[in-house]
Amino acid sequence: MELLILLGLPLGGAALLALCGDRRWAPEATVLASLGTFLAGCALTARVIADGPQLVWNEQFFIDPFNVFLVALTAFVGFTTSLFSRTYMRVEAHHGKLSPQRLRLYHSMFQLFMFTMLLALLTNNMGILWVAMEAATLSTVLLVSLYRTPASLEAAWKYFILCGVGIALALFGTILLYFAAEKVLGSEGMSALLWTHLNGVKDRLEVTVLSIAFVFLLVGYGTKVGLAPLHNWLPDAHAEGPTPVSAVLSGLLLNVALYAVVRCKVLVEGSVRSELPGRMLMGFGLGSVLVAAFFLWRQKDIKRLFAYSSIEHMGIVTFAFGMGGPVADFAALLHMTVHSLTKSAIFFVVGHAAQKTGTQLIEGIRGLLVLSPTVGWGLMLGTLAILGMPPFGVFASEFLILTTAMRDHPWATPLLLLALGVAFGAVFSRVQPMVFGETTATRLPHPPALLPVFAHLSLVLMLGLWIPPFLAQWYRLAAAMIG
Amino acid sequence: MPPMIMNGLFTQLLGAIVAVSLAPLFLGWVNQCRAWLSNRSAPPLLQPYLVIRKLLHKDAVLAENASPLFRVVPYILFGAMVTAAAIIPSLGTALPFAVCADAIALVGLFATARVFIALAAMDIGTAFGSMGARREMMVGFLAEPALLMVVFTASLICGSTALPTIADTLAGRTLAIYPSLAFAGVAFLMVLLAENARIPIDNPATHLELTMIHEAMVLEYSARHLALIEWASALKLFNYACIGFALFLPWGLAHEDNPLALLWALPLLGLKLIAAGAGLALIETVSAKLRIFRAPEFLAMAFMLAVLGLLVRLLLGS
Amino acid sequence: MPDATASVPLSAQLIHLAAAVMLLLSFAMLAQRRLVSLVNLFAAQGATLVGSTLVVAYSTGQHELYLSAAVTSIKVVLLPYVLHRLIRRLSLQWDTETLVNIPTTMLIGLGVVIFAFGLAQPLSELASTVTRSTLGIAMAVVLLSFLMMITRRKAISQVIGFLAMENGLFFAATSATYGMPMVVELGILLDVLVGAFIFGIFFFHIREQFESLELSHLESLKED
Repeated sequence: MELLILLGLPLGGAALLALCGDRRWAPEATVLASLGTFLAGCALTARVIADGPQLVWNEQFFIDPFNVFLVALTAFVGFTTSLFSRTYMRVEAHHGKLSPQRLRLYHSMFQLFMFTMLLALLTNNMGILWVAMEAATLSTVLLVSLYRTPASLEAAWKYFILCGVGIALALFGTILLYFAAEKVLGSEGMSALLWTHLNGVKDRLEVTVLSIAFVFLLVGYGTKVGLAPLHNWLPDAHAEGPTPVSAVLSGLLLNVALYAVVRCKVLVEGSVRSELPGRMLMGFGLGSVLVAAFFLWRQKDIKRLFAYSSIEHMGIVTFAFGMGGPVADFAALLHMTVHSLTKSAIFFVVGHAAQKTGTQLIEGIRGLLVLSPTVGWGLMLGTLAILGMPPFGVFASEFLILTTAMRDHPWATPLLLLALGVAFGAVFSRVQPMVFGETTATRLPHPPALLPVFAHLSLVLMLGLWIPPFLAQWYRLAAAMIG
Repeated sequence: MPPMIMNGLFTQLLGAIVAVSLAPLFLGWVNQCRAWLSNRSAPPLLQPYLVIRKLLHKDAVLAENASPLFRVVPYILFGAMVTAAAIIPSLGTALPFAVCADAIALVGLFATARVFIALAAMDIGTAFGSMGARREMMVGFLAEPALLMVVFTASLICGSTALPTIADTLAGRTLAIYPSLAFAGVAFLMVLLAENARIPIDNPATHLELTMIHEAMVLEYSARHLALIEWASALKLFNYACIGFALFLPWGLAHEDNPLALLWALPLLGLKLIAAGAGLALIETVSAKLRIFRAPEFLAMAFMLAVLGLLVRLLLGS
Repeated sequence: MPDATASVPLSAQLIHLAAAVMLLLSFAMLAQRRLVSLVNLFAAQGATLVGSTLVVAYSTGQHELYLSAAVTSIKVVLLPYVLHRLIRRLSLQWDTETLVNIPTTMLIGLGVVIFAFGLAQPLSELASTVTRSTLGIAMAVVLLSFLMMITRRKAISQVIGFLAMENGLFFAATSATYGMPMVVELGILLDVLVGAFIFGIFFFHIREQFESLELSHLESLKED
C-alpha cells in the first residue's frame, strides 16, 4: 500500500503537472506531492522497521535494509528540494529567465525524476532497474537545458550523449547477466532477472560471463555515478541546470547509480569469488577522488566547484565499497547519506547566493554575510560539513573509511589523504572570501527559503554525533549483505 | 605415362592456351558492352587482336637511356601472366602445376609482375613513368593484402590454399549460406577493379595524364613490347575473372577422373565470361572514377571487407 | 577442416547471414558521408534486426518474440521516418560530413571488431542457443556504433550512432538469450522512443541557438 502511494504519487503528480504545471498553485502541488511521497516513504520505513525486509507484488519489488534508507533519503531530499524550489523558481520566473511553459516542464519532470529514482531503488528486476535509470536521464536532460542558453544546451547534450552511451553499455551488461542467469534459472517467467533470485544462485552463475558483464555494468552505471574518466558530463550538467536540479542530481541520482553498481557488485562477487570487482571499484574510486581534487583548483564557477566535490565524494564511497568488509561498507553507506544531505543543502545555499548576486562566478560572489547572514552561515557550515570537519557526519564516515584503508590497503591512504587535503584547500580558499569578503552589492527583496538547508545540516550534525539505532542496524545488515 | 597425368597435362595445356587466346576476346567483349551501355557504337569484338597484330608489325622504338631491364620486362610480364593462367583452374581442377604453386604463390606472381612493370616505368626516368609507378604501388600495397585475405577466407572454409582443391571443395559442398564468402566476393570484386585498372580506380579508355595509372607506366613502350604488355593486361583480367569463378562460381569444372567433362567446361566458361564481362561493364558504367586520393579509401574498404569475411568465418563458422 | 556449416539448420544460417549483414551495415554507416543515406542505412539495419528476430521466433517457437519483432519494427519504420522529416524540416538533405581519414577509421573499426570477437569467444562457447556465435557480432555492432559517435561532428549522425547502438543491443538480446522478458523489452523500447523524441527537440533548440547542427559549437564548456 505504502509502495503504491510512494510510486503512484510522483507519477500521478508528473501527469497532473504536465497538464497544468503553469498555474499559480503548481509549486504548492509539487510540494504536496513530494510531502505525500515522503510520508509514504516514512510509513514504508516504519513498516520495514517493524516487519523486516519484504518482497511485494509477485516479487517484482523488494525492500531490504540496503534500499530502505535510500528510499527514505530520496523522498526526504525530494521533499526539501521542492520546498526550496518553490521560492527559488518563483524568483527565477520573476527575473524573466523562465516562461510558464518551462515551469510546467520543470514541475512535471521533477516529479517524474522522483518516480524513476524510487522505481530504480525499489525494483527487484535488473531490467527494470536499467529502464528506470535511463528514464532518470531522460527526465532530467530537459531540466538541465531549461534555460536554453548555449551553455546549458551544450551541457544537456553532453549529459545526454555520455549518459546515453554509458547506460547502453550497462544494458549490454544486463543482457549478459540475463544470459548467464537464464541457464541457471531458466527463461520461464521473469525470475532470471530478479535480483533476489539471482542473489540466491550467484555462486552457480558463469564466471566469465559475469566478469565481462560487470565491466560493462560498472562502466555503464559508473558513468552516471560520475566516476573518472567518465565524469565529463557531471560538472557541466550541475553548473548549467537550475539549482534544484543540481541538488537532486548530486544528492540523489549519483546515489542511485552507485546503488545499482553495488547491487551488481554483490552478484558478481558472489560468482567470481575473487577480488577483481572490488579492485575495480577501488581503482575507479581512487582515480575519481584524485582527478576531482586536482580539478577543484581550477574552478571559477561555484556550482562547478561543488560538482567536482560530488565526484570526489562519490569516488570516496566507491573506494569504500571496493574495499568491502563490514566497517568500510558501513562507512560507505553513512557517507552516501551524509553527502547527499550536505551536498543538496550546499546547492540550496549556492542557488540563493547566485540569485542574490546575479552570477555563479566565484569572483562575483563576495561578502555573503553582509548580504544575507543566513545564506552566509549556511554556506560556511555546509562547506565545513562537506570538507569533513568534526562534528559533522562526513567526518565520521571519512574517518572510518580512512582507518579501514590504513588497515587493509595502506598504500592507498596517502593518496586519499593527499586528495582530501588538496580538496580542503581548494574549496575552503574559494568559499572563505565568498562568505566573509567585502561587498558593494545591495540586499535583494526575496527572502531565502533556508529551512531545508538547516534541516539537512542539523541531520548531518546529528549523524556525526549519534546514529539512531535502527539506522545503524540497517547499515550493519546492508554491509553484511554487500560483503 | 599413366592416363591420369596425361589427362592432367592436357587440362593444363588447354587451360593455358584457352587463356592466352581468349583473353583479348574477353577484353573486347567488356569494351563492347561498355560501348553499348553508354550508347556509343561499339568497336568490333576482335579489336584487341587487331591492335596486337598492328603493334607486332611495327618497329620498336626505345628510349636512348633504356636499360636492358626495360626490354625484358614485357616478356617477364607476359610470362608471369601465362604461368598464373596455368595455376588457376579455369577449365578443370586436375592441374599438375598447381601442386607446386598455391594461391599465395599466385598473389606473389601478380606482385612480381607489378614490381617489374613499376621498375620498367621508372627506368627511362620520365615524370609520368615515375608517377604511374608510384600510384601503381599505392594501389598494390592495399590490394594485395585484400586479395590474400579473400583467398584465406576461402582457404579456411576448405582447409587448403591450393586453388583447385578450394574450387573442388566449394563445388562439392551442400548448398549453404556463407556470409563470409559474400564479404569475400564483394572484396574480390573491388580488388579486381583496382588491380586491372578499371573504373573507379583508373580509366582504361583515357589518356588524361593527371588521372591515369596503368597507361602512365607503359607510355614509353611501343610495337612488340607494347603488344605483349597489352596482351598481358588482358590476360590479367582474364585470370582474375577465373579466380573469381573458382572461388565463387566453382560449378562445372572438369575433374581428374573425367576428361570428357572438359567438353562441358569450355562452353560453360564461355557463358560465365560473357556474364562476367557484361557485369563488369555495367559496374564500370554506373560508377564514376574516384579521385586518385580516394583510391586508398576504396581499397581499404576492400581490405576491410575481406578481413571481415575472415573474421565472420572464424567466429560464426559460416 | 570439416565443413561445419552444412550441418547447421537453415534458420541458424539465416541468422548468421543477418548478423553478417548487420556488421556490414555498421561499417557502411561508419563510412557514409551523406546524412540521408545514413538514415537509410540505419533503417536497413533495423529491418535486418526485425528479420533475424522473426527467424529466431519462428525457429524456436517463442511467441513473445513475434511481439518483440513487431515492437522493433515500429522503431524501424517510425524513427527513420521521423529522422527523414527532421532532415527535411531542417533542410539538411544535401548535408555531408567532412570525415577525416576514412581508411584509418575503417582500420580502427576492424581492430574493434577483432576485440569484440575475442571478448565474445569464451561467451559463445557457453551459450546453449543455436545462434550463440552472433553475440560477438552484436558486441562489434555496439562498439562500432560507439566509434561512429566518437568520429562524428554532427548532432544527427551522433544520434543515429546512438540508435544503431540500441539495434546492436537488441540483436544481442535476441541472439544470445532469445529475448529479455517482455516487460523489460517494452521498457527499453519506451526509453529509446522517448530518447529519440527528446533528441528531436534538441535539434531544434540547438539550431535555434547556433543556427546549425555542427557540434563544434558545443565545445565551449571545457576545463581551462
